[in-house]
Amino acid sequence: MSAAPRLALLLALGGAVLSSGAAQAVQPDEVLKDPALEARARDISAGLRCLVCQNQSIDDSDAPLAKDLRLIVRERLKAGDDNEQVQAYVVGRYGEYVLLRPVFALHTLLLWLTPLAAVGLGLFGLWRLSRRRADAAPQGLTAAEQAEIAALTRRD
Amino acid sequence: MLIEVGHFALALALALSLVQAVMPVWAARSGDQALRAVATPAALGAFACILFSFGALTYAHATSDFSVQNVVENSHTMKPFLYKLSGVWGNHEGSMLLWVLILALFGALVAVARNSVPPTLRANTLAVQGLITFVFVLFIITTSNPFARVSPAPVEGNDLNPLLQDFGLAIHPPLLYVGYVGFSITFAFAIAALIDGRIDAVWARAVRPWTLTAWSFLTLGIAMGSYWAYYELGWGGWWFWDPVENASLMPWLAGTALLHSTVVMEKRDALKVWTVLLAILTFSLSLLGTFIVRSGVLTSVHSFATDPTRGIFILAILILFIGGSLTLFAWRAPMLRQGGLFAPISREGALVMNNLLLAAACATVFVGTLYPLLLESLTAEKISVGPPFFNYTFIPLAVPLLLIVPFGQTLAWKRGDVHAASQRLFVALAVALVVGLAVLAYTWGGPMMAPVGIGLGAYLVIGSALEIVSRARGYGTSRARSAAVVWRRAIGLPRSAWGTALAHGGVGIVVLGIAAQGWATEGLKTLKPGESLASGPYVATLDRVGPRMGENYSETTAFLTIRNDSGDVIGTVETGKRFYPSRRMTVTESGLLTIGASQVYASLGEVMPEGGSIGLRLYYKPLVLLIWLGAVAMALGGAVSLTDRRMRVGAPARAKAKALPSGMAAAE
Repeated sequence: MSAAPRLALLLALGGAVLSSGAAQAVQPDEVLKDPALEARARDISAGLRCLVCQNQSIDDSDAPLAKDLRLIVRERLKAGDDNEQVQAYVVGRYGEYVLLRPVFALHTLLLWLTPLAAVGLGLFGLWRLSRRRADAAPQGLTAAEQAEIAALTRRD
Repeated sequence: MLIEVGHFALALALALSLVQAVMPVWAARSGDQALRAVATPAALGAFACILFSFGALTYAHATSDFSVQNVVENSHTMKPFLYKLSGVWGNHEGSMLLWVLILALFGALVAVARNSVPPTLRANTLAVQGLITFVFVLFIITTSNPFARVSPAPVEGNDLNPLLQDFGLAIHPPLLYVGYVGFSITFAFAIAALIDGRIDAVWARAVRPWTLTAWSFLTLGIAMGSYWAYYELGWGGWWFWDPVENASLMPWLAGTALLHSTVVMEKRDALKVWTVLLAILTFSLSLLGTFIVRSGVLTSVHSFATDPTRGIFILAILILFIGGSLTLFAWRAPMLRQGGLFAPISREGALVMNNLLLAAACATVFVGTLYPLLLESLTAEKISVGPPFFNYTFIPLAVPLLLIVPFGQTLAWKRGDVHAASQRLFVALAVALVVGLAVLAYTWGGPMMAPVGIGLGAYLVIGSALEIVSRARGYGTSRARSAAVVWRRAIGLPRSAWGTALAHGGVGIVVLGIAAQGWATEGLKTLKPGESLASGPYVATLDRVGPRMGENYSETTAFLTIRNDSGDVIGTVETGKRFYPSRRMTVTESGLLTIGASQVYASLGEVMPEGGSIGLRLYYKPLVLLIWLGAVAMALGGAVSLTDRRMRVGAPARAKAKALPSGMAAAE
């Protein structure tokens, strides 16, 4: 079986997909001495995509490329960059695709507005409905059906 | 020979399902009652044929018959027997056969169910079910034949992917599929109602058991998948917002909404058109969940083209069922009579809000999952939509939804009273607030959102318990009842009330488990034997590293002793790297030590060739098991509801004695 169907199979069977085996992610030798800086590095890493993996952050991935990226993040932090600068640096090198949280811009407007739009649309629909309902005719069931429902729904 | 007969049985099932699909429609045109009755034996026959076919494939896998392509690709003589069986559905062709088997099983169940479904509705439902079976069997026979032979037969097979050789993943697909496929019945009922042009409370009652069954299994399936990812993937996460997970979450969200909207329809004769739409959408999302994922289109637009026949067939199926049903809906829905007025502050009002928020959450997951694909194919721009996006958008929709759960329960149908409801919920609100604040004070300096989550979880659990208590005491009565009387009355409550409370309490338990992950800790270190690594209140000491042999793998195992912070030994944990020679794959086996509902989670990293030192990752996951136990409670709630007298097939008219003679007799 070639790699592609196997991947598809894994996908199909649920759970996250890995490049190979299970993850080892951050190695002990990568960890920065300064715990505050390391915590920031972890935080940033969790938001950066491992480019050769399936929907995995570089913090979770054992791919060599992810390790390179983790080291870059840590180098930039040691050089004194703040979190945004580190992110901008990585995006500059690898493009927007690397960000697990998409930017808020024109091309992602629809994406970010979906939750609000969905709720808004729903509320609007309800409002329309409540106005139209006022003159809705009552629903009719046959007497037999009514009796049947009454028999079935009787509590206790 | 058996393989060929299995293949033939599948072809027979194809013919029978066509009969099942066509006859009721024909009967409706010609008015021939006998013709309509043919659908029942056809559905039973199709099920029997597919069962035989599935049995034949299972037999080939169990006996490692390497003259069958499917067995060669997914099995190995050394593979443990359990995984030989699970290997049947651990691949595309076999899992499709399982899918169709469950589909036919549900079809057969509808055919034999002796309930009060009107005959026309039943006939139309069977026809739709038959059509679905027909199309999927056709898909298997033409593009995914599991019975293909190889000649000459190889001596050994390629083995199943080691990641799939796991008990969790052996039972995950069947659970998930029962969930997905169960919604096909609701879908078939919805289409039948649209064809019939009328829909009422009888319809809602007829579909509710099916929806409940599907929902409960889907809940279990998702929980199982999540637990598998947690322990098998080795980095301690339990939900990754992976497209594959989202694909199963979407039908669950829509199905949850459907479950609640049918209640409104049954009780208040409202939300009919919406319920039909939800039924269509839930199954459509189930289809997407099974097939878009399977086609590989989520991985990349390009991989869709690697197997064009299959891809195009899948696309055609999706267009037929989703497009077709939505078109039918657009055409017929305006003819369905709307009914039932309702006030915003009422039980049904709360359920409408539930539906609104669930639908919005579902839409968000849908757009989030497919947006990168759409953007790439339209503008060639590549973006990622990962966990941070979903956390930002999903949680703000989920929290208000959770807040209204106990409220909705407390409000009366038709006209609710917020003031009275708040009074009744006072205990839950107060306790939740106290719990939240106490946890906040106790963990001061830690994550701020975790105590909030704990408070929310407590509110849900107590709110659900309170609902049972106040129903048992009787709403609005000032009469004091003794505890024994309240207990007896509580036991006498309808099963559906208990099921609801259990499911809603389960949601609270899940929330508690998720919130507690705010305090999870992680330790990472290179260890030599004798050295220790701490994480949270626990310390792991590496005793030794050594080789170990399994049935079809060799493992390098690290043996660890876990102590608590006062130095007492709590237990031992083994974590290893398993090498499967048949696939040349290495898989990390994490080691888990369960302490109450919490776990210590050890994951082996790099093994250094000399000196016996290893990289070790040690997590402390407080109350993590609550996440899955809560989900199990939810599914159990569904099952308990299913045993409700009203839900029983053929619902006996026998009324339950109101006042039970004795407390003991009530505990049936």
